[in-house]
Amino acid sequence: MIGPNTLPLFVAIPLAGAFICPLLGKRVKSAVDAVGIMAVLGVFALSIFAVITLEGRDYSPISVTAGGWPAPYGIQMVLDGLTAFMLVTVNFVALLVAIYSLSYMDRYTSRWKYFTLFLLMLAGMNGVLITGDIFNLFVFLEIASIASYALVAFGTEKHELEAAFRYAVMGSIGSLLILMGITLIYSRASTLNMAHIAQRLQVFGMGRTGLAALVLFVAGFGLKSALVPFHAWLPDAHPSAPAPISAMLSGVLIKSLGVYALARLVFNVLGITPHISSALMALGALSMVVGAILAMNQWDLKRLLAYSSISQIGYIVLGLGVGTPLGILGGLFHLFNHSVFKSLLFLDSGSIEYSVGSRDLREMGGLGKRMRVTSWTTLSASMSISGVPPFAGFWSKLLIIMACIQEKQWVYAIVAVAISIVTLAYFLKVTRFAFLGTVRDTLRGVIEVPAFMRIAMVGLAMVCILGGLLLIPGIREAFLGGAANALSAGVIIPGEMGR
Amino acid sequence: MSSYMPYMLCFVLFCIGIFAVFSKKSLIKIIVGLAISEYAANLFLILVGYKMGGRAPIFSPTETISPDLMVDPLPQALVLTSIVIGLAITAFLVAIAMRLYEKYGTFDVTKIRELRG
Repeated sequence: MIGPNTLPLFVAIPLAGAFICPLLGKRVKSAVDAVGIMAVLGVFALSIFAVITLEGRDYSPISVTAGGWPAPYGIQMVLDGLTAFMLVTVNFVALLVAIYSLSYMDRYTSRWKYFTLFLLMLAGMNGVLITGDIFNLFVFLEIASIASYALVAFGTEKHELEAAFRYAVMGSIGSLLILMGITLIYSRASTLNMAHIAQRLQVFGMGRTGLAALVLFVAGFGLKSALVPFHAWLPDAHPSAPAPISAMLSGVLIKSLGVYALARLVFNVLGITPHISSALMALGALSMVVGAILAMNQWDLKRLLAYSSISQIGYIVLGLGVGTPLGILGGLFHLFNHSVFKSLLFLDSGSIEYSVGSRDLREMGGLGKRMRVTSWTTLSASMSISGVPPFAGFWSKLLIIMACIQEKQWVYAIVAVAISIVTLAYFLKVTRFAFLGTVRDTLRGVIEVPAFMRIAMVGLAMVCILGGLLLIPGIREAFLGGAANALSAGVIIPGEMGR
Repeated sequence: MSSYMPYMLCFVLFCIGIFAVFSKKSLIKIIVGLAISEYAANLFLILVGYKMGGRAPIFSPTETISPDLMVDPLPQALVLTSIVIGLAITAFLVAIAMRLYEKYGTFDVTKIRELRG
């Protein structure tokens, strides 16, 4: 079903949508919604087919060269287990967020600008996932980043502009570090194709140049994924964007641009060593602790969620850093779960803002009786993120902790358990202040949000509750297993990719 | 020593730009600092492909030139892309700075501080 010819469609469909939206936007208002939804639905369907196709061919990667130029000269696009897994995650969240936006964006003018930027960001993210060329990855990363800078500034109020400025400056510095890393890798390996770099570095060795590039990559992608020493921009940028965009940024953007790209380069191109592994684990644990402690005393709901993202990204990086197949499986499963529950929580915060008009927890109370859908979906996402069984988040955290214990990393295992409890504490705070208690007089008129927003939230909540089923043998191999194998297989061999 | 000199100077230029981004108070100076770092990164890319006494990588039908004497053309192609991306980011930042000036009447970041950091 997914052959080499359909592979570029993952980028082409959203890009075409982003081109059509401004053409239609000024004349036919409703057509913009249709184009946006159709484009996202198209890529989501394609990514489901991609998983099925890959399973059918026993996970041997599919690759295509752009313009028919052979591999080291032309740009290669590669679909392997990890790419397919990430494509499904990104496009699933994007689809529900697009449905949510149909109603939510009524608060803003110029929907066509919103959908244009949204589709551009999606094209960039899909491009990062599917490319097999290291400079091409940089270009797509910049497309997604620039679109996201503009989306953070979308409201053009004071604090949104300020957050966007700060985000753009920090993001650009991250990109520059990545670019310099790519330059160093090119000077060492004389090629930009990931598989060929991997092969040449195996032959010539990393050398000091390769190590310097690795440091630049950790710093650059660390900035993009907001690991702790590089996190300062995230709590400003993510809450300032419109709620559906916060959901995209926290849910999938920091993962596809940061965690995925870092994991791909470290595991499959440069090769993981004990030093990198321990550095990743330390960065992950630090992010977990700092993010969770800072989240505790936030009263702005979206800011609390943003700090919680930093903490959860720490879990993912810790799981990947352990480096064993179990750790990688746990890290990737937590990545999927975090995409789902964090975007759901941001959509919920958007619903509350839509109905109540405030994000301050102290101004809420008793919303559980007024907004049943929002309250139940928030509860299921909170349970999932704090790792309460049998919600999906429990299983992924369990896998990460088990991987730490297997490798005798007792400290990290204890930290992971402790932070899980802290997470539960601050989400109980959200539930307590927002949904329980008596209804305030000012909130008597509050009603539930429109249908499109409810559909999106319920859809994500179902995955939060049933996500644990992905670990059942049979389903696990098809979706998570293929992705984990792609990473734990180590550096790629050109023969495998060049097919 | 001398063969590493251009790289070292390039790195110094990058650090000057980063220093400006983090220490300057004016939005415009921050943008200029970012632009300086960007040029340093682009220069680095070009330097990697440079060869002492190398010539333009163009084959000609009238004279035969060995490819060993040419500079590496790939970084030059990459740097074009990188410059265009840099232009987009600079344009975006300047637009945001102008909007911020409309709202606050100043470019001073210490006075533009609604967010808690």
